[in-house]
Amino acid sequence: MPVSALASPRRARPSLARIAMLVAGSLLVGFLALPLVALLLRVSPADLLARLASPVVLDALRLSLVTSVAATAIVFVLGVPVAWLLASRDFPGKRVVEVLVDLPMVLPPTVAGFALLMAFGRAGLAGRALAAFGISLPFTTLGVVVAQVFMSVPFMVGPARASFSGLDRRLLDAAATLGARETFTFFRVALPLALPGILAGVAMSGARALGEFGATITFAGNLPGSTQTMPLAVYVALQSDLDSAVALSVLLIVMAFGLLLGLRAAPVGSFWGHTRARAADR
Amino acid sequence: MIVLFTALLTSLIAITSSGGDAHATKQTLQVFAAASLAGAFHELADRLETAHPGLDVRISIAGSQQLVAQLEQGAVADVFASADDRWMSYARAQGLVSGEPTVFARNRLVMIVPKPNPARIGRLQDLSRGGIKIVIAADAVPVGHYTRTVLRNLTRTEGFPTDFATRALRNVVSEEENVKSVVSKVQLGEADAGFVYRSDVTPAVARYVRVFEIPEGANVIATYPMALLRDGPAPDAAKAFLDLVLSVDGQRVLEQHGLMPIAAISR
Repeated sequence: MPVSALASPRRARPSLARIAMLVAGSLLVGFLALPLVALLLRVSPADLLARLASPVVLDALRLSLVTSVAATAIVFVLGVPVAWLLASRDFPGKRVVEVLVDLPMVLPPTVAGFALLMAFGRAGLAGRALAAFGISLPFTTLGVVVAQVFMSVPFMVGPARASFSGLDRRLLDAAATLGARETFTFFRVALPLALPGILAGVAMSGARALGEFGATITFAGNLPGSTQTMPLAVYVALQSDLDSAVALSVLLIVMAFGLLLGLRAAPVGSFWGHTRARAADR
Repeated sequence: MIVLFTALLTSLIAITSSGGDAHATKQTLQVFAAASLAGAFHELADRLETAHPGLDVRISIAGSQQLVAQLEQGAVADVFASADDRWMSYARAQGLVSGEPTVFARNRLVMIVPKPNPARIGRLQDLSRGGIKIVIAADAVPVGHYTRTVLRNLTRTEGFPTDFATRALRNVVSEEENVKSVVSKVQLGEADAGFVYRSDVTPAVARYVRVFEIPEGANVIATYPMALLRDGPAPDAAKAFLDLVLSVDGQRVLEQHGLMPIAAISR
């Protein structure tokens, strides 16, 4: 529905509703922007660059990039099929699966980390079996990835599922009528058409993995070079080296901001949007 | 929309103003205390509240370094109890403290090992064996600083290899943010060994861990200084808390929680 239909037909004076929206909007934007601006103002660009070159920062940056890329890849591979399943059919226990997928979004990360220890820790339920294969997750880089995967699943599945659900059923049915198997329909029809939502999921889950703190420090511990990602390094630096903490924080904000902004600026969304519209017209 | 907004605003104002009223009728004492003091200070707070019915004692527990950082950023509290001199001196240098700090307790380090003892640790020397998972506190945390000192001291102790500290530190798999996290990682059996204060081995913890004492010559005796804070809104209550901690009863409570009372008062 066009927004103008909601607005008052008389244009002589701005309506009370519009003023209220403007006030609420500026309050919220100011509230969100001010802390970021305050952080940026805290340090000069020259200082920032000098700090960024320190080994602690570089170690944390490298580790954060490696782990969050790995976590996002895993979440993508496991999350997209689940999103498709949830969007395309009903099955017993679907509600439970939906809740499970959403849960990490509202779970305190420390609780998630503790639960991960209970499951995959050395003395944990599955951890003992893993140990038989010589795999130990706590205190390892792999453990960091596990914590990030756990926490970022909802951010992949949510947008991907919404995107799959929004697809024109007729296209999928047409593919089926033409004799395509579900695998073919999924890879050649559904996946390309739902790409904008899936990419949104990739960006969101990547950003979430990048910012993961609580589950990581609880499950994987904190050691520079192997488990100390950028958010952990910020936390440690806050207590001993404030300037490095600021530098790391600014870097994290820039990366997260860039990721989410890139998602909106990417041509792929509109491109696929057009294709979809044209396909639907035919 | 507007109605909703107004309702939100009014309720917000109502909440904040009622909070103000509560302050007027009941006095609040805010104590910032090192993580290792948690058990003892909560009990002491209960005692002070019983003795002063109008008083609400709030204990905020964190690593000493974290508490100082919070105070520096403008957190308001009446009392600061640190787990070492380093952070108390720092707080004084920043002008956060009023008057002289008082040492009110001491503590010593122990090594703890999970009861199942997966790494089969039988003595301190075993920590230099390859493949052992040791968890200690970060260097900025008082207990982490002490741990490194103890490891260096042990290197110079008879019966220990000359590169003991180097090899033990190579086995460190995590540098935790406060002593309680070290305790929990060992308690859960995730770490093979950890260094904590004697006072951290509470009865609840003792069920899960085995304690190894550190030879007296190599151990560090941690001293706990406490001071009133300059901007504290309740200096009288703060003084009362300090007196309680230093009293015979207070020292007994500290002792029951595994801390060492200061010699002059204990016996």
